[in-house]
Amino acid sequence: MRDAIIGPRAASVSANEPTNLPGVLHAAWLIARKDLAIEFRTRTAFFSSIVFALLGLTIFYFAWDPTAVAAIDIAPGVLWVIFTFSGLLGLQRSFGVEQADGAMDALLAAPVDREAIYLGKALANVLFVAGVQAIALPALALFYSVPLGGVWLPLAGIALLAAVGIVAVGTLFSAMAVNTRLAELLLPMLSLPFFLPIVTAAAQTTARLVAGRPAAEAWPWLRILLGFDLVFVVACAVAFPYTLDE
Amino acid sequence: MPGAAEIVIDANRPVVEAEGLVRVFGGRRAVDGVDFTIGAGECLALFGPNGAGKTTLLRLLAGLLAPSEGICRVGGVRLREGAAARAQVGLVSHTSMLYGALTAHENVEFAARLYGVRDPSDAARRALAEMRVADRANAPVRALSRGLQQRVSIARAIVHAPRLLLCDEPYTGLDESGSAALTAALADRRDRGAALLLVTHNLGEGLALASHAAVMRRGRFVRHEARATLDVAAYATEYRELATADA
Repeated sequence: MRDAIIGPRAASVSANEPTNLPGVLHAAWLIARKDLAIEFRTRTAFFSSIVFALLGLTIFYFAWDPTAVAAIDIAPGVLWVIFTFSGLLGLQRSFGVEQADGAMDALLAAPVDREAIYLGKALANVLFVAGVQAIALPALALFYSVPLGGVWLPLAGIALLAAVGIVAVGTLFSAMAVNTRLAELLLPMLSLPFFLPIVTAAAQTTARLVAGRPAAEAWPWLRILLGFDLVFVVACAVAFPYTLDE
Repeated sequence: MPGAAEIVIDANRPVVEAEGLVRVFGGRRAVDGVDFTIGAGECLALFGPNGAGKTTLLRLLAGLLAPSEGICRVGGVRLREGAAARAQVGLVSHTSMLYGALTAHENVEFAARLYGVRDPSDAARRALAEMRVADRANAPVRALSRGLQQRVSIARAIVHAPRLLLCDEPYTGLDESGSAALTAALADRRDRGAALLLVTHNLGEGLALASHAAVMRRGRFVRHEARATLDVAAYATEYRELATADA
């Protein structure tokens, strides 16, 4: 740092001076990449979510009476219960990593918009939830012998759309809950009512896809899913900056 | 978000201008009408007993808190109005503000990227070298001692060569070598024209770097004068009496 011009600051130029502040999307990507790097190093939340998802599938499997309910009828419900609660585990961690040593202050003091912080966190969370889904979905097919062969791609699309809605709401409430003493309890209490329309629409769409029903039957539910995604993403991005004010 | 071309910092104005700053929490006025300026190359050492409002004032100046009343400008730009002003500020706090799972270099580089520093990796390397912690650059922060973490935290705060460096008890946890590195880094920045605000309980540390000194009590500046006019012994006695009276 000794390479700076010595003299009055008005005339000095340092090699390290900010020259090109990141835009919203660039800053969001930097934050998401940082969060994913932390998760990759620790792997605590990801493994916890995977274990939770697999244990959940196992418990549902042993509680299920195949003579009373067909696999094809129970599988969509099980899948979305598992996705919802394993996703919550990841969302808990989202702002927890900022809280540990006051890193949130450094993020807020940095020259990035608060919307960028939200988008960065949300992007990392979507990738996290999608990662859990990518493992839980084949596990479900295996446990329940559900033929997913022809519907893999649309099912993956629905899972991603639902992940967007869940994460949009969950990221906002994670930021709100992290400073409270009951964060672990508060996040699900706040989030789950808002997850309901997303999860209901996703489960209904999944059920129709898995049962091989015509696409026209799934379309109304898919539109509901898309609508809630849009509303939640916009509303939560707008509301997020206010949750950070002391 | 302004890009480089949109950053308009007025170099002819004081680096910091605080006018009638007030911050109220509930009914309590943590900062109660503070006015001051810090020019380029000046260092204000801010002393005061616990609960005097020093940290709240620092958080106002860092843009972490919005003032209830008053205005705070950095380089003529209101802090809460834009990233351009925040890009000129570096903050060293009570907490390390680092990510334990990332290495020292990754932490500082991440900050450099957020501040739009050219060649962030190299800037991070040089900042860590300046704080004499380059040999631990690739160690995860959680594996470092409290003192080394504090050095990395300071490297993070100076990596973008801020015009204003806000330090809240920066010597906490530092050993002799770390304290010397910090004093050298702060003096270097001050001599190159950065403005410093140094909050400390230690009069010796504060006055060693200060061009001005202020004492804060119950949210207000009760003393504020140029360092050159101070009788240090008398100042120390008065400050001790003041701190004891509030304890």
